[in-house]
Amino acid sequence: MKNSRRTFIKLAGIAAAGLALAPRKGLAAEGHEPVKVNATAIHAKHWAMVIDTTKLNTAEAINKLAAACHHDHNVPHIEGKQEVKWLWHDTYPHTFPEQENPHMAEEVHERVFPLLCNHCQNPPCVRVCPTKATFQRPDGIVAMDYHRCIGCRYCMAGCPYGSRSFNWGDPRLGLDLGNLNPEFPTRMRGVVEKCNFCVERLAVGKLPVCVEASEGAMHFGDLMDPDSEVRKVLREKFTIRRKPSAGTEPSVYYII
Amino acid sequence: MLELALKGSKRYYGWIAFLLVLIAIGFAAYVNQLMVGLKTTGMGRDVSWGFYISQLTYLVGLAASGVMIVLPNYFHSYKTNKHMVIFGEFMAIAACVMCLLFVIVDIGQPQRMMNMIFHPTPNSILFWDMIVINGYLFLNLLCGWTCLQADRQHLPHPKWVKPFIYTSIIWAFSIHTVTAFLYQGLPGRHYWLTAILAARFLASAFCAGPAILILVLLVTEKVTTFKMPKNALSTLVKIVMYAMCINMFFFLLEVFTAFYSNIPGHMHPLLYLFAHASTGLVTLMWTFIVFAAISITLLVTPRFRNNLKLLPWTLVLLIIATWLDKGLGLLIGGFNPTPFDTITPYWPTGKELLVSMMIYSIGALIVTVLFKIATEVKEEVGHSQRLACGCSSEDGCTCTGEEAAAEA
Ligand code: SF4
Ligand code: SF4
Ligand code: SF4
Repeated sequence: MKNSRRTFIKLAGIAAAGLALAPRKGLAAEGHEPVKVNATAIHAKHWAMVIDTTKLNTAEAINKLAAACHHDHNVPHIEGKQEVKWLWHDTYPHTFPEQENPHMAEEVHERVFPLLCNHCQNPPCVRVCPTKATFQRPDGIVAMDYHRCIGCRYCMAGCPYGSRSFNWGDPRLGLDLGNLNPEFPTRMRGVVEKCNFCVERLAVGKLPVCVEASEGAMHFGDLMDPDSEVRKVLREKFTIRRKPSAGTEPSVYYII
Repeated sequence: MLELALKGSKRYYGWIAFLLVLIAIGFAAYVNQLMVGLKTTGMGRDVSWGFYISQLTYLVGLAASGVMIVLPNYFHSYKTNKHMVIFGEFMAIAACVMCLLFVIVDIGQPQRMMNMIFHPTPNSILFWDMIVINGYLFLNLLCGWTCLQADRQHLPHPKWVKPFIYTSIIWAFSIHTVTAFLYQGLPGRHYWLTAILAARFLASAFCAGPAILILVLLVTEKVTTFKMPKNALSTLVKIVMYAMCINMFFFLLEVFTAFYSNIPGHMHPLLYLFAHASTGLVTLMWTFIVFAAISITLLVTPRFRNNLKLLPWTLVLLIIATWLDKGLGLLIGGFNPTPFDTITPYWPTGKELLVSMMIYSIGALIVTVLFKIATEVKEEVGHSQRLACGCSSEDGCTCTGEEAAAEA
């Protein structure tokens, strides 16, 4: 199942080949060795995620995914209002503040929902960033260059979903240094960070950590490909997105 | 002319030394912030801008307000203002420097600041804000310095500086509009998402800014021989009055829109600020309303407005009111309720206040030095000097010699 999914994602993405490495174009242009696209990289015209909240709706289950994501990306553990988080959970009223009604199905209202960056199609965080440290890749992923970010936190004011965290202090103080993921860099203080849709894994042909760990409750694929898995579930199930009124067109869909 | 800043009385040097001590104390706090990061502040994930950015917002208004003296002079040939123009311009210089400093202390990676210039991003309002504030600083330095130098040599102001002065007048409106755009137009921040925000910014700038300028000039009158022409002062006070009325009118428009429409997103920040926040904040927000009401009452009543004993107090009330509104409430109300419809209270920490104190002291130092130069030049050339009767030499004073002698 996983293999066939990868194959069609690959096929769908041929047109977009190389785009995954677009941010590195500058390097190549400066005359360093040519950058090669990983042969196993998977591509899409627009990556999207569908979360099945009928299957994934408990704090424990979501915490497990968050732990996997945070370990994989060396996200520091910090308590309090200056915390850093890429994936977390919250209640229905907090997740969909404008989409409540007083007589909602209790079962839905009591679920907890996984939250992460929505990788919006019209991302205000990209619009406001003064240095292009936050940028949108051609495959729709809203990515960050931690080395360029000046820490002005305009993107945090701009994001209507509270998806971004800032390293108020040294993030390495909040990391278990004996248990780092050597494959992914740690950050320094004074920069913003957020979920990156696991671009580093897509580049080597793997799906996002949370999707892999979700045991089928999260779907990931190309929104522009009518035959993709995400389009299939979107066709079959009723889904909603967070804060549609903000006009950002989130790429994360929730099956209710 | 800089040499004029070097010779001064004991009191002058004492004041400068005092400011330098404050700057040193604040700087120590800033070094600490550089070492451990912005975690020394009270900001957090949900309220990601705090005291620093709100001071920037407020001070941009002070910078823009100089135009309220410059504009009547150049656009309406209101020449009574002539000898006060330089103070508006010099005040703007100090305010611009403070604004830029507040941006610098607010960012997490100040050594990368130049990324804003290396990677210019026209879609970001912060990029434009940097351009307009720096531009305004430059324009005021150029116009103020050139005109003062010409005055000192008893020469007419050079012709080439005129276009820059006209540009600076228009520019003043732009700096406050662009700073309002920094907030306005962010989806999901309902308190800021209002088309009238830029207009509110301008209105509050044009009352608070001249009010601060008048207070500083009143102090300047105490310590130098400079004396504001009576008419110029009363014109400026009238401008403050109109701007404050418009400012509060705009605020009422926001309240009406929020509560008549009954749209939760628009009501929540107001309800939070004026009813549900911590008692401290709620009290401050109501203080804003009360002080605004008192200052408007005092300003629109000619008897009180023309009472020079009362005027400084009226202006202080007005400045506190506008600061609470724009320097505090606007920022906190924009972030609360958070995107999750929850509340994360914000309050600046001591270190944040110390760093802010450093910047305000730097601003005061710049104002002191520049005003010292300007008043010395005015004394040299005999502009706006205090006469024995207490009038300004620009007043066309009718006090008789006897009265003057009696006063003296
Ligand atoms: S959720 Fe927020 S941070 Fe993520 S892309 Fe959208 S606006 Fe940007
Ligand atoms: S904090 Fe960094 S990513 Fe966010 S807007 Fe500023 S420079 Fe861009
Ligand atoms: S997509 Fe990747 S980075 Fe984003 S929440 Fe899932 S695991 Fe974390």
